[in-house]
Order: sequence, then C-alpha cells, then structure tokens
Amino acid sequence: MEAASQSTYIKRKRDGRIRIKSGNKAERVMQGTILSFIILTAIAFIIFDYSGLHLISAVQETMYNLYVMFLQPGLSHFGWGEALFQVSMTLGLAVLSTVFGAVIALFLALMAATNLSNKGLTKTVRIIVAFIRAVPTVLWVLIFAIAAGLGSEAAVLGMLFHSVAYLVKAFSEAFEEVDPGIIEALRATGSSWWHIVTHAVIPSTFTYLLSWTFLRFEINFTVAVAMGAAAGAGGIGFELFMASGFYFDLREVGFITYAILVVAILLEIISTQLKNRLFPAAATQ
Amino acid sequence: MKREKEMKRKRWQTTILLAVIIVVTYVSIAITEFNVLTGITAIPQAIGWMFSHLLITQESLAKLPSILEKLNETIFMSIAATTTAAAVSIFLGLMGSKTTRVSNVLSVLARFIASFSRNIPVVAWALILLLSFGQNSMTGYLALFVGTVGFLTRAFIESIDEVSGSAVEALTATGATYFQIVNKAVIPQSLPQMISWILFMIETNIRSATLVGILTGTGIGYIFDLYYKTMDYNTVALVTFTIVITVIAIEMASNYIRKVIL
Repeated sequence: MEAASQSTYIKRKRDGRIRIKSGNKAERVMQGTILSFIILTAIAFIIFDYSGLHLISAVQETMYNLYVMFLQPGLSHFGWGEALFQVSMTLGLAVLSTVFGAVIALFLALMAATNLSNKGLTKTVRIIVAFIRAVPTVLWVLIFAIAAGLGSEAAVLGMLFHSVAYLVKAFSEAFEEVDPGIIEALRATGSSWWHIVTHAVIPSTFTYLLSWTFLRFEINFTVAVAMGAAAGAGGIGFELFMASGFYFDLREVGFITYAILVVAILLEIISTQLKNRLFPAAATQ
Repeated sequence: MKREKEMKRKRWQTTILLAVIIVVTYVSIAITEFNVLTGITAIPQAIGWMFSHLLITQESLAKLPSILEKLNETIFMSIAATTTAAAVSIFLGLMGSKTTRVSNVLSVLARFIASFSRNIPVVAWALILLLSFGQNSMTGYLALFVGTVGFLTRAFIESIDEVSGSAVEALTATGATYFQIVNKAVIPQSLPQMISWILFMIETNIRSATLVGILTGTGIGYIFDLYYKTMDYNTVALVTFTIVITVIAIEMASNYIRKVIL
C-alpha cells in the first residue's frame, strides 16, 4: 500500500491542490498555437497599410453598394442570353480542367501510392506535386498565358496543374487505404500490377475518386471565376471585373454575383446529395 | 442471381456516367473554343519557356528586400483574416450546430450567413470592397475575412456535431448551464479539429491573398503583377519562388502541429 502511494507521482499546483488537467504535449502545442495566432493577428493590425482609408465613410459606402447590388440587380451591357453563355463558359473551363485533371491525376496517384509503387517514384511524384500545389493557380495561368497566349488554353492548363496536384494527393491517400489483403490475394494468384489496379484498387475506391473529383469541380468553378477576373480568361469572372472595374455598374455587379451564387449553391447541393448517396453510412452518423 | 443483377446494374451506371462525362467535356470544348492541339503543344512549350526565362539573377535578387516586405504584408493579412474569422465562426458554429443551437431561427440565420459568404467567390468580395475601401490592406483583409467566415462556420458546425452529442447530453443531465456546457465540453472537445481547420485555412488564404492582391493592388500579388506586366521575368521567378517557400514552410509547420494535436 505504501509502495503504491510512493510510486504514483501526483502533479500538484503551487498551492498544493491536485492538478486535474495534465499538461501533455498536445495541450502545450495547442495553447502555443492559439497564443501565436493572437500575437500575429495583433502585429498584423499594427503593420497594416491604412493609406487612403476612411473607415466610417468606406463602411457606409459599402453598405450602400451592397444595398444597390443585392436589391436592385439588373443588366445593362449585355442580355440574359449573353449572361447565360458567360456562365456556361466558366462552367466549361471548370469541366475541362477537372476532367483532364482527374485522368492525369489517376495515373500519377498510382505512382504516388506507397502500396502500389516503389519508394523512389513515390517520393519524386510527391515532391513535384507539393511544388505545383504551392504556386497559386493564378500564377500558373499567367505563366501559361505567356506561352500559349491569353485564352481558354492558358486558363485550362493553369487550372489543370493545380487540379492534378490536389487530386493526386486525395487519390493516392484513397489508394493507400485499400485493404492490403485484397492486393496480396490477387498477387498470390499471379496477377500483374495492371490487373491489381483495374480489378481491385480502382473498383473499391471508385466512389471516393468520384466524390473528390466532384469536390474539385466545385472548387474549379470558383477558380474559373477568379481566373476570368484576374487573368482575363473570359467567362462570367471577366464580366464581373469589367462591370466593377470599368463601368462601375453596381446593378450589373449584383446580377453577376447572384448568377455565380446560384451556380455555386446548386453545385454544393449536388455534391452533398452525391456524397449522401455514395456514402449512406457516413451521412447517417 | 440477385447479386448478378446488381452487378449488371452497377456496370450500366458506370457506363452511363462515363458517357455523360464525355458528352459534357465535348460540349465544354465547343463552348470555350478550347483547341486541344494548342493545349497539348503548349505544355512542353511553356515548360521550356519556364526553364529558359524564369531564372533568378543577381539583378533580381537586389529587389528581394522590397519583395519580402510585401510578402510579409500578405502573410500577416491572411493570418489576421483567418483568426478573426475563426472567432466569429466559433460563435456562428455554436448557433448553427444541432447540439448547441439556442433557437431554430438563429440556427437557420447562421447557416444562411455561412452559405452566402462562402458561395460568393473571394474575387467578387474583393472587387466589391475595392470600390469603397480603395487600395490598402483592409480591402484584402476583409475579402479574405468574409470568405473564411463562410468556410470555417461550415467546418466548425460539422466538428461540433461530430464530437459533442453525448457529452452535451451528459452535462445537460447534471443541470449544467448553457455556458458551462459550451465552455467545458463542446469547445475543449472540438478544439483540435478547429485548430486543424484554421491551419488549413491559413494555407489556403495565402494562396488566395496572392489573387486578391493582383486585383486590389496590395501585397505580393501587386508586386507579381507589376513585374509581370513590365515583363521582368527574372523578378517574377523570384516572387514565385518566395511564395512557394512560404506556402511549403507553413504547410510543414501545420502538418507538425496537426500530428501532435490530433
């Protein structure tokens, strides 16, 4: 009895009370992270460049702008048909970069999955992918614009690069979760690497791949809007940029924003529905 | 027999799905006037161009101090936007979650705000705010802030729902007040998840901040745009390189934190 009480070490506070929370590493790191967030935010507000900012009038003006935008939307520089065409153009850019991206990513992910490929290849693919992902999409599009000229090719290729990098990470993680028993069983029957991939790995992860691809499509729509505005890639994003930056036509900005909002919400609903249908177990949890 | 039928149905579904994807792709090619040949040949062309033009030279290195200053602005902007948005999102998340909601009206309102601010792209927010806030850090900060609130609220609602069902029930049974339940059960249990989401959002925001910077004329995006338009590609390479280093460094730091806390 005595030995037991000696061997257990009880952490006490300075005033002798027993500590209820143990200060483990996870907690310390968490507290440190939160503390550094707060300090960095405080520094950020001090060093911000406030030149030319009149906060009160800016807030009032923004409120008025938002009021005009959202309550009196209208079109003045183009009609409904044109608006619909521009939205489908943006959707088209998103589709192309997602579909091509998914196909390329499928092959690269097979090379990047640790259970399907050798160590050297896995590492090389992963480093390249990490590098591609670190460069913002808009920079890729602008860089491709020099080589391919401004237009849909540069936009699709730039977005493609980023989609591939994103999907390779997601796909290879899905492949690595395939039951090793299945792969071992197929290997024991003498199947080739290609047989294992087409008959075990892809069928068992297909729904995951599909839902990741659709998620990327959702992201790519937003990215395509951004590319239209920042890199002149065309589509609804470009119209938005023109309406706000050149015509200062708030009602048109409002209309375009509504159009983007409707498509984005539709995509989100489809994505949730798809997820619920594909993974009914996860949805009921 | 039944199983065989099911497999047949599944095969049909896959075939139809693939057919739909091919048709949609074909339509997209037509609408965007995408030239597949140009697209394919542009890749080696672009990579060749990158290796011959995007080189960091001595001359461009002289501009490093001014680039780093702008990069600093961008990093701080994304961190400040993410943390302040997280503070708002915790509140909205508590309102929106099934287990901790106060009233149904507030819950619907919280979800509506989240969906609204999330689904309008950051670019649109940046352009709208630029009209009255002008070219300074506040514009970029606010644009990132609004988008982040939308995303983090959705993520926080999910983490709170996932984590705290039984704990909330247990504490309610002991007669704990709402504040005690939130403070002692909901927040501590979902905190690791939340920090993980915040770290993810900081990474994303640094990339978006570049884009917002191009539009609003602030931070690293502005510097990039400046040298890009004056065709000083050596400096463009240096700017890109500093962004890559920053993003990878932040990714590594957050991976470490995630590994420890989750």
